[in-house]
Amino acid sequence: MTVQSEVLRPPRTEVGLLGWLKKNLFSTWYNALLTIFSVAFIYVVLRGIITWVVRDARWAVVTVNFRVFMIGRYPGKEAWRVLVSLGIVVFLAMLTWVFRRAEGKPRRWLVIGWLLSFPLIGILLRGFSRESPFLPLVSENLWSGVLLTLVLAIVGIVASFPLGVVLALGRRSKLPVVKVLCTVYIETIRGVPLISVLFMSQLMLPLFLPPEIRLGTVMRALTGMTLFSAAYTAENVRGGLAAIPIGQYEAARAVGLNEALVMALIVLPQALRAVIPAIVGQFISLFKDTTLVAIVGLLDLLGIAKAVTGQKEFIGLHKEVYAFAAVIFFIFCYTMSYASRRLETALGVGER
Amino acid sequence: MQNEKLNTMEDIIICRDVHKWFGDFHVLRGVSVTIKRGEVVVICGPSGGGKSTFIRTINRLEEHQRGDIIVDGIELTSDLRNIHAVQREIGMVFQSFNLFPHLKAIDNVTLAPIWVRRWPKEKAVKVAMELLERVGIPEQAYKYPGQLSGGQQQRVAIARALAMQPKIMLFDEPTSALDPEMIKEVLDVMVELARSGITMIVVTHEMGFAKEVAHRIIFFADGNIVEQNTTEEFFINPREDRTKLFLSQILTH
Ligand SMILES: Nc1ncnc2c1ncn2[C@@H]1O[C@H](COP(=O)(O)OP(=O)(O)OP(=O)(O)O)[C@@H](O)[C@H]1O
Ligand SMILES: [Mg+2]
Repeated sequence: MTVQSEVLRPPRTEVGLLGWLKKNLFSTWYNALLTIFSVAFIYVVLRGIITWVVRDARWAVVTVNFRVFMIGRYPGKEAWRVLVSLGIVVFLAMLTWVFRRAEGKPRRWLVIGWLLSFPLIGILLRGFSRESPFLPLVSENLWSGVLLTLVLAIVGIVASFPLGVVLALGRRSKLPVVKVLCTVYIETIRGVPLISVLFMSQLMLPLFLPPEIRLGTVMRALTGMTLFSAAYTAENVRGGLAAIPIGQYEAARAVGLNEALVMALIVLPQALRAVIPAIVGQFISLFKDTTLVAIVGLLDLLGIAKAVTGQKEFIGLHKEVYAFAAVIFFIFCYTMSYASRRLETALGVGER
Repeated sequence: MQNEKLNTMEDIIICRDVHKWFGDFHVLRGVSVTIKRGEVVVICGPSGGGKSTFIRTINRLEEHQRGDIIVDGIELTSDLRNIHAVQREIGMVFQSFNLFPHLKAIDNVTLAPIWVRRWPKEKAVKVAMELLERVGIPEQAYKYPGQLSGGQQQRVAIARALAMQPKIMLFDEPTSALDPEMIKEVLDVMVELARSGITMIVVTHEMGFAKEVAHRIIFFADGNIVEQNTTEEFFINPREDRTKLFLSQILTH
């Protein structure tokens, strides 16, 4: 004889909105007190913010200066070049999204597309020579606003990542010279604030480079940021490398892979995957640190914000201007952190 | 394979007076042994005796410091080309599987043929599927190692080692990390492999497996071979006291 258990409905209080409220917000007297207090607090804060945003703030300072915030001193006649660049990036991003599950051919084309987009956008933004009828020169010194912030952040991130990986590998090298050089580099940079690296890159780079190559302020700032960020990437990657069990190296060598393939196919993919959160965190701070280029006379988004608050017709509107800048920074940083979480879950498939 | 037939085969592995130290610790103390093509050899012995270290010197996961090791006519020296040539001829299966966790089972198997042998992907996939069928898990091909049971992981590891079409297979306690109900599925694969005529060196305490397929058993302790004999003789007439003690310990429980 089999015993048939009766199927019961859950007790009333555990289901529905009321059940949820009772369970999570009013389970005990102090939890209830806390709930009431928090609601009151949120109400006061939100009411203050909303009344300011919709009633008191004078957003004209932002709407009138919108183009200035975005591209700053980039000539208005050439602004279409920035828009086209943006279009290229958005187009590639959409293609990447569409083909995110694809392998083989489409993926290879996407990588090629992204790689090509960098020089393409560089040429588009900078142009050829002053007299050129097509794409006349727009010197980097005129790049400013969100445009400059993005160029600094994106190029800094993209260039510092491979450099950081190479440094991390170098630090584990069996060759003493390579190892010592990488270690000294990483530790020196990590012991120095970004501001001083930026200053040094402005003053020192021209001394190291041959006189034919004259880098503008933006390029020098970029170099400084890349060198700085690479040291931190290297340390993060080193953590990931250290977490790879020795058995992975042995198994890879046992199937006949040489040292380079062991690294490229087995060790680095696992190590980098493990440090995505740390590296994205580092890139987010790099993004915010681009504001420091104001020190060497560049007008990034924050620099432009400061300049806008000095306009005669908008005197005293600091709050509006900085709130707008903060929202822009938040949008980019949150996007990065969201993308990183998506990437983690996407890559985490089947991992223990 | 008959033992008489084996005797006519040439030596595929020759070890002469192999020594190794870990720091001051003398792990391998002058091991000399030859193994014939197609021979199945089981190595057993007490823990810490150096069995793992010994078979790992054969595919150069460990470097020996004195003596000669010659595999299929290639001497293992510090010459990287020789080392890679030997590593391509030898497949290895580890106690802890060591599958690549970021790759699906099939990609674990095709990786080396594609990147080392330079096979086109279609050919590598076809051969890999045949191997996964041979070890009995074609339906697991597109899962990640983390989604497989221990026994399944170890069978993928065997397929991965076989994918390079090695002449020699090394097994280092392939079933010690497995739950009892999974040991048999792995041993069955190994028995089939042993009968296929490939040269095999297996470190294991599975004496049932040894009796079924091994041509020779080597008893290894304190960094050297204490005793070796054909499988029947080894169990019926162990000569050394240490061997008798060891056999009584592992056969009684
Ligand atoms: N990388 C290493 N560094 C230092 N000592 C080591 C290293 N690997 C192994 N040893 C030591 O060498 C000795 C032999 O180890 P090995 O793993 O070869 O023994 P084993 O016979 O395989 O034992 P088991 O049955 O436990 O696997 C042990 O005493 C061990 O502690
Ligand atoms: Mg061992």
